[in-house]
Amino acid sequence: MSDRQELNRNLAQMLKGGVIMDVTTPEQAKIAEQAGACAVMALERIPADIRAAGGVSRMSDPAMIKGIQNAVSIPVMAKCRIGHIAEARILEAIEIDYIDESEVLSPADDVRHIDKTKFNVPFVCGARDLGEALRRIGEGATMIRTKGEPGTGDVVQAVRHMRKMQSEIRKIVSLREDELYEAAKEIAAPLDLVKYVHENGKLPVVNFAAGGVATPADAALMMELGAEGVFVGSGIFKSGDPAKRAAAIVQAVTNWQDSKLLAKLSENLGPAMVGINADEIETIMEERGK
Amino acid sequence: MRVGVLAVQGAFAEMAAYWRKKGADTFEIRQLADLGRGMDLLALPGGESTVQGKLLKDLGLFDPIKKLIEGGLPVFATCAGLILLAERIDDPGRRDDTRPEKWFGVLPVAVKRNAYGRQLGSFTTVGKWDGISDTTMTFIRAPSITTVSDGVEVLSTFDGQPTSVRWRNITAFTWHPELSATA
Repeated sequence: MSDRQELNRNLAQMLKGGVIMDVTTPEQAKIAEQAGACAVMALERIPADIRAAGGVSRMSDPAMIKGIQNAVSIPVMAKCRIGHIAEARILEAIEIDYIDESEVLSPADDVRHIDKTKFNVPFVCGARDLGEALRRIGEGATMIRTKGEPGTGDVVQAVRHMRKMQSEIRKIVSLREDELYEAAKEIAAPLDLVKYVHENGKLPVVNFAAGGVATPADAALMMELGAEGVFVGSGIFKSGDPAKRAAAIVQAVTNWQDSKLLAKLSENLGPAMVGINADEIETIMEERGK
Repeated sequence: MRVGVLAVQGAFAEMAAYWRKKGADTFEIRQLADLGRGMDLLALPGGESTVQGKLLKDLGLFDPIKKLIEGGLPVFATCAGLILLAERIDDPGRRDDTRPEKWFGVLPVAVKRNAYGRQLGSFTTVGKWDGISDTTMTFIRAPSITTVSDGVEVLSTFDGQPTSVRWRNITAFTWHPELSATA
């Protein structure tokens, strides 16, 4: 592994125990930073609006991303389309701190992901299970998140992905060493990474939850299931009192084991995002990119 | 030795592992009750100082921890931890509750946040730390120490600027010994 990959894994380690928030304006970015976000995701439209608008969804305007970079001191992330090497290069050129090669945007390549080892800037990618996570890490991703079903406010997919990943990790740990070859083949993952999971009982990179997190309780649930931090997309700025909700989710991630505190944090947050049930929607984003 | 690791946000797991490797017992500090468990050293890990500082205040940890440090409790701090300790924070952006002129303000140095730029400016270098050569130093969106007061011992430098210091009960780094584990 190159020094750059190591440094990029290290940055993700600094984000752990934190909340990464979707923002669309410098104003929102400031609110997020003041509420305790450990990073922000700059994008023109949050997933709920991307879903509502339909059509092709692309990388955000670099001018808009720069405006957010200038507004905050915490790391700024931005999304490129799956397989869109040129969008990723543009984001690298404006010195983004992390690129999310994201299924929330329309995929540019329906088969391949970007060879992320060719970049100096770090990448986070979504994964629904262990095989998908290890394939992305093999391509150079230095951070993984669940895919969830973005923009729904429904946490069910994120729970499914995190539970599946954790249970597959436990299974790999329990195998005999000579069974790892077949296991790697079964989940279509690089053998060296399967061996790493066998020896360490975890992914070689940081693993966050994403998709449908809308309340402090949702965030605490994902931490309970093994997430090392949480992305909150539409859940904050589609709610009644974004600043208060954001701050409450930040505290919930730190003290997810303290139910009395969670009860207090959940009080009087105003209306949560309305949300749609993930099984009532037509565009299934989590299936983009495998 | 018993080490309390501030675990409100950031690389607290790596910091705890670093101290366990040195033979210490560690526990996490996430809320006020945890401070009652008693410790011989407080470790402040890397992460985002804006988040850690805000959570310290929101969780009522800020004043009690400040008192412990002022009372002489040994402190080991890296990156964001150093920013929390510094007497002055140079931050070219706006000032507010998450970007104040100082947090604890107990270490007489000035620091500049994100001094080497964004993530593309992160780097590793090998140098001398506290007399030990060939120490790997990992800088992640690191701050720099711009001025040190008299009596502050400089333990390592990069480009002529101090990158780790010792003062009374405090040892603090702009880089991450817990990530490379040679220091």
